[in-house]
Amino acid sequence: MSTVHIPFLQTGTLAVGGRLLDDAERSVQSHADRPSSLTKGHRACQGCAEALAARWVMDTAVEATDGRLVVANATGCLEVFSTLYPESAWKPPWIHSLFANAAAVATGIASSLHAQGRDDVRVLAQGGDGGTVDIGLAAVSGMFERNDDVLYVCYDNQGYMNTGVQRSSATPASARTATTPAVGRHPGAPQGTGKSMVKIAMAHEIPYVASATVADLRDLEHKVRTAMAIRGARYLHVLVPCPLGWGSQSSESISLSRAAVQSGIFPVVEARAGELTDVQRIRERADVEEYLRPQARFAHLFKPGGEDGLQRWRALAEANIRHYDLLGGRP
Amino acid sequence: MSDHDAPPTLGLSTGPATSLAYHTGAWRTERPVYVDLAPPCSLACPSGEDIRAWLGSTQEGEAGFEAAWRQIVAANPLPAVMGRICYHPCQAACNRGEVDEEVGINAVERFLGDTAIARGWALPEPGASSGRRVLVVGSGPAGLSAAYHLRRRGHEVVVREAAAQPGGMMRYGIPAYRLPRDVLAAEIRRIEATGVRIECGARVESLDEAQAEFDAVVLTVGAGVAHHVDIPAGAAAKIVDAIDVLRDVASGHAPLLGRRVAVYGGGNTAMDAARTARRLGAQDAVVVYRRTREQMPAHPTELEDAVGEGVRVQWLSTISEVSGPTVTIERMELDEDGRPRGTGEFEELDADTVMLAVGQEADLSLLAGVTDVEVRDGVIAVDPGTLMTGRDGVFAAGDASPGSRTATFAIGRGARAAAAVDAWLASRVLPAEPVLREATADRLTPWYYSDAPQQHRAELEAARRVTGFEEVLTGLDAEHAVFEARRCMSCGSCFECDNCFGMCPDDAIRKLGPGMRYEIDYDYCKGCGICAAECPCGAIDMIPEVR
Amino acid sequence: MREVLEGSQAVARTVARCRPGVVCAYPISPQTHIVEALSVMARTGELSACEYVNVESEFSAMSVSIGASAAGSRAYTATASQGLLYMAEAVYNAAGMGLPIVMTVANRAVGAPINIWNDHSDAMAMRDAGWLQLYAADNQEAADLHVIAFAAAEELGIPAMVCMDGFVLTHATDVLELATQEQIDAFLPPYSPAQALDIENPSTIGTMAGPESFTETKYLQHLRFLDAAGVIEAWSERFRKAFGREAGGLVARYDPDTLDRDGDAPPASAEDLAVVAMGSVVGTLQATLAPMRAEGLPVRLVGIGAYRPFPREALKAALGDSRHIVVVDRALELGAGGVLTGDVGRALAHTGSRIHSVVAGLGGRPILEASLRDAVRRALADELPALDFLDLKAGGVPEPPVGATEVAR
Repeated sequence: MSTVHIPFLQTGTLAVGGRLLDDAERSVQSHADRPSSLTKGHRACQGCAEALAARWVMDTAVEATDGRLVVANATGCLEVFSTLYPESAWKPPWIHSLFANAAAVATGIASSLHAQGRDDVRVLAQGGDGGTVDIGLAAVSGMFERNDDVLYVCYDNQGYMNTGVQRSSATPASARTATTPAVGRHPGAPQGTGKSMVKIAMAHEIPYVASATVADLRDLEHKVRTAMAIRGARYLHVLVPCPLGWGSQSSESISLSRAAVQSGIFPVVEARAGELTDVQRIRERADVEEYLRPQARFAHLFKPGGEDGLQRWRALAEANIRHYDLLGGRP
Repeated sequence: MSDHDAPPTLGLSTGPATSLAYHTGAWRTERPVYVDLAPPCSLACPSGEDIRAWLGSTQEGEAGFEAAWRQIVAANPLPAVMGRICYHPCQAACNRGEVDEEVGINAVERFLGDTAIARGWALPEPGASSGRRVLVVGSGPAGLSAAYHLRRRGHEVVVREAAAQPGGMMRYGIPAYRLPRDVLAAEIRRIEATGVRIECGARVESLDEAQAEFDAVVLTVGAGVAHHVDIPAGAAAKIVDAIDVLRDVASGHAPLLGRRVAVYGGGNTAMDAARTARRLGAQDAVVVYRRTREQMPAHPTELEDAVGEGVRVQWLSTISEVSGPTVTIERMELDEDGRPRGTGEFEELDADTVMLAVGQEADLSLLAGVTDVEVRDGVIAVDPGTLMTGRDGVFAAGDASPGSRTATFAIGRGARAAAAVDAWLASRVLPAEPVLREATADRLTPWYYSDAPQQHRAELEAARRVTGFEEVLTGLDAEHAVFEARRCMSCGSCFECDNCFGMCPDDAIRKLGPGMRYEIDYDYCKGCGICAAECPCGAIDMIPEVR
Repeated sequence: MREVLEGSQAVARTVARCRPGVVCAYPISPQTHIVEALSVMARTGELSACEYVNVESEFSAMSVSIGASAAGSRAYTATASQGLLYMAEAVYNAAGMGLPIVMTVANRAVGAPINIWNDHSDAMAMRDAGWLQLYAADNQEAADLHVIAFAAAEELGIPAMVCMDGFVLTHATDVLELATQEQIDAFLPPYSPAQALDIENPSTIGTMAGPESFTETKYLQHLRFLDAAGVIEAWSERFRKAFGREAGGLVARYDPDTLDRDGDAPPASAEDLAVVAMGSVVGTLQATLAPMRAEGLPVRLVGIGAYRPFPREALKAALGDSRHIVVVDRALELGAGGVLTGDVGRALAHTGSRIHSVVAGLGGRPILEASLRDAVRRALADELPALDFLDLKAGGVPEPPVGATEVAR
C-alpha cells in the first residue's frame, strides 16, 4: 500500500508507534495529545472494534482537517453507546438524526457549509452495516451519485448488534445470528447472500473507495487522510469485530481482523473512480480457521456436518486471493 | 409571552466529552498491569548481562552506544573478548529464533566492545576505598571478572598470575584467529586502569601466606592441565597435548607437527587444535571422536568452521594404538543407552602427530596439604550460593570450581564471587540470586516485528584462513549493529511501541512521554484485554479484578 | 406590484426572497411547480448563496434539510401526500431536534387507491409530528404564510409546514402581490440558529434519552409548542402592519355580511350556525355563505389558520356564543369522521355545542357551492346528521368492466 512506510525500527509499519520514530513518521494514534475524538466514558462493550475504529478514523480526519470537521452519525451501537443524554463521548461537532439518513444529513451539512462559504469545514458521515448496506443504502447511494463532498465511513460488524444480533445483508454466510439461528439443515445465515458495499460504492465511480481494518492502523489512517484530501463523495468500509455478536473474546478484536485479512476473507483495497488501484497483500497467510474458529457464531462449522460450510469459506478466501491477487504472485 | 422557562428543545444536545462523568472502569473483571519479565537471553547468559537493556540502548544508534557498553560492563568487563569467543547461549534461547532467526547478540556485543576500545572508553570509577585487600589467584576470565567487580566495590585487588602474560585460557587456550591478542590486551589493560594490580610470573605457592597478606582470597586458577588417556604407543609415536600446543603457539613457540595430524577428542579444544594444525602446515587434520556428531561437546559453529577449513572428522572412532606414523582406530557403535562400545573392527590412519584433546584439569598444587579446602571430582568444592570454600575467606570460581567450563560462565561466577567476598568482608549475608519470571515466546505477538533476517558477520575465506592466524570473523559496522540490535523484540519489557495506547477502544491509557511508558486509567479501562493481547513483547498481564 | 401568477410560482418566489441556504426536494405532484421554479432560480442566480439539492427520496429531502438546518442554514423543502408519509420519520425527527425547517405541503390525498388530487389527509397524518401547520385559504396567503412561517419557526425552534391545497391552489393562477425582496429583508430576521454544528463551539446534537429523561423532554417540547400560538399571532400581526394585508393568524374571522376577511369581525352569536373550515374551501364558503346571509340566514364563517398548534382559545373566541357548528373537513378519520372536527370537538368540550362533520372534497372531488349551501340549509333545519359525506354518490364505486380473463371464460 502507499502508506508511509516505516523503516525497520524494532517494530515497523504495523505497530501503532515506536520510541525510535520521528514525529513526522508517527501515526496520529501514537501522539500523547491525539484528538481522542471519541473519548473515554463511552459505553461500548469490552473490546468493541467499532469504538476503536471510530476514534482512529475521526482522529485522523480531525488532524487532516485541522479540526474543521463535522460528523453525522446513523443510529446504531456507535450512536447509542456514545451519547446517552446528558453525556456525550464525542469532541467534534456531531449530530445524530436517524438510522437511514446519515448520508443525507451529511449532504445537508455539506450543502449548508458550501452555501455559507465554509468549504474549509469538512463533513464525515458514519454508520454501521445496517445503516449503510440495508436501511440507509438509498441515501448513501444518492450521496455517492451526486458526488457530495462527504466521507462516508461504514463500520461493518456484520449484523444488527445494537438490537441484539440479528442478520443484516452484511452478515456473512453461515454466521449464526438471532434471526439466522444455527439450527436446521442449513444452520446460520444462508449461503450466497450478502452485499459487497465496497463494490457497490465502486460502481458509483466516486473519487475514492477503500476498505480497512483495525488490524492495520497506519493503513486506515492513510486512507482517511487520502480521503480527506479529495473533494466529492468518498467511502471507507472498516471491518469491526463485535465480541458480543461474533461470540469472540473481547481481547481478540484486533487478531480476528488480522486473520480476516491474512486469510483472504476480507480484502483491503483502494479504488479511484471505480477502478481498483491498490490491494493490501497478504503478509503471513492464515488459514480461514484462524478467523472462523474463535467466533462462536461459526461454531457449527466445526461440528459434524459443518465441513461443507467450512469448504465454502475456503473457496471464498481462494476466490478473493485470486480476484484481488492478494498474494501478489506468490504461491 | 411565555410563562415558563423551557429552553428550545434542541433534540437534547449536550457538550463535548461529557462522558468523562461516566466511569466505565466499574465494568472490569480483569485488569491489565504492566510487568517487566526476564528475557530468555539474559536468563541464559552465564555472565548475567542485561542483554535486552543494552540492545535497547544500541537501537538508538550512535547516541546509545556508550550507554549500551556501560550496561554490558556492569556485568562483564570483557565485551570485545566475549563478543568473539562466547558461545552465546543467549542466542540459542532468543525468542526471535521462533520468528525468523535469533538476534545476533554476540556480534553486537563485539561491535560495542570494539567501539569502546577504539574510543578509549574507561570502565566505571571504583567505589570509595574499603581499606580491604583481596587476592585473586589467576588472571583468566573468572579472575579478571572477580578482580574487576571487587575493585568496583572499593577493595584493593591484586591478581597473581603464574604465566608470563595475563588472560589464562583466553591467552593460552584460544587461538589468535578467534581472539586477537591486542583485543584481549586492551580489555585487560582497561581493568588494570581501574586500579587492579596484575602480577605475572607470580605463582601463589601458599594459601596460608596469601591469607596472611590479604583479607580474602579468590581462587581462579583455571583448568590448564591436559587430561591424559593411556594409549599404547610405540617409541616413534609423537603424541602431544592439544592444550600445550595451543599454549606454545600463543607464546610464540609454534611446534612442528608434520603433514598429517590426528586430534583425539570432541570438544572445542579439539577443534581449536585441528584448526591450529592446519595453520601450522598440516595438510591433513583429522579429528577422531568416539561418539556421533549429535553427542559432540564442541560448539556446532566451531565444528562448522573447522570443517570449512578442511578438517575431517572420523566419527564413532577411538585411537587404540599409535605406532610411528600410523594410528590404529577401532570403529565404535552406540549401545541402547547411546554409549559407544567397540565393534572389534579396526582401521589405520596415517598421522605424524597425535594431539590429545580429551579434557583438562585444574592445577591444584596450591592446595596440597590444605585440608579444609575440599577438592571433589577434580575441582574445588564451594558453597553454591557464596562460592566460599571450606576455609573462611577463601573463595573459588571459574574452571577450577564446579560448573560449566566456558569463559562466560567464568565471568559470571567471578562476579558472583566478588559479591560474595564483598558481603563476607562486611559480614553481610549475600542475598540469593532472585528467581525471575521468564518472558516466554508464547507471550509475544510477533506479528508486529518487521521481517528482518539476521545480519551475519563476514567470514574470512577458508583458503586465507588456514595460512595464518588472522581473525576469521569480522565485526559488524555501526549500521548493521544497530539493525541487529533493533531485531531484539524486548521480550517482557515495554519498549514504547504505542500499541496499548493506540489500540485501547476505551481511550483509557495515558502516554507519559519518552522513557516514561504508559499508565492505565482504571476509571475507564473496561478490561477488554486488547492491550495485553496486542502487546508485541508480552509486557502486560491481565489479572483478576478484586473489589 | 400586482401580477398574474400561478400559486406555485408565487410560493417559490416568496421562498426565494426569504433567502434559504439550502433547498432540497424530491418531485411529487402537485408540489413540482414549486421546486422546479426554485431550481431554476438557483441556476439563474436569482436564488443566491443557496444550494439546491436534488435527492433520491423525500426521506432524504427532509434529512438533507435536517443537516442543513443543524449546520446553520435556513432550510426549505416541499412535498405532498405519499412523499410526506415517506419522509414521516424525518418529519418527526426534525421537530424533536428543534430545527426550524419550513416545508410546503401541497395537500394531496393519500393512497391507496393512489390519487394525485387534493385533500388534507397527508398533513393530517403528521398532525402530531411536532410541526406548526399553517393553512392557506388562497394563493396570496399561501405566499405570505411562508414569510410568517420562517419567522415563527425560527423564533420558536420548531419546524413549520405551510399547507396549500394541491392543484386547487398550487396550479391556480391569480392576481397576486408578492412581498418584495426589500420588504422581506426588512421583515424577516436573518437566520440565527439556536444550535448549530459549530467547530468553534462543538456540541453533540441528537442524543439518546432514556426513560429517566424522555418524559421531561417531551413535556418541555409541549410547553414550547404552547408558546407557538402567541408567536404565530405576533408575527401575523407584524405582517399585517408591515404589508397592509392579513395573512396567517390562528383563526380567520370574516365579516358577517360581506364575508370578507376581517380580524375585527365580531364573534358569532348564540343564534348563529358557524361553519368552520380551513384551506381553499374557505373561499368557496365565502361565496356560498354571502348570499345566504343576504337571505337573512344566521350563518357565520370561521377559518382555521393554524391547525397546529390547534388554536382552541382563538377558535372559542371567534365562535362566541354559537353552539351549532358545521365543520367542513377534507380529511377522514376512518370510523369517526372529519379529522378537523375532532379537534374542534375537543376545543368545544363541555360547551354543549352541536357539531356536524361534513366530509368533503376527498381525493380532489370538487366542493360545489350548491352542495355546501344544501348542507348548511339542512343543518339549519336540523336535518344534517352528525357525519355527512358531501355529494356522496349512491351505489358506491362503479363495477370494473369485464376483463379479458373473464371474457375468455
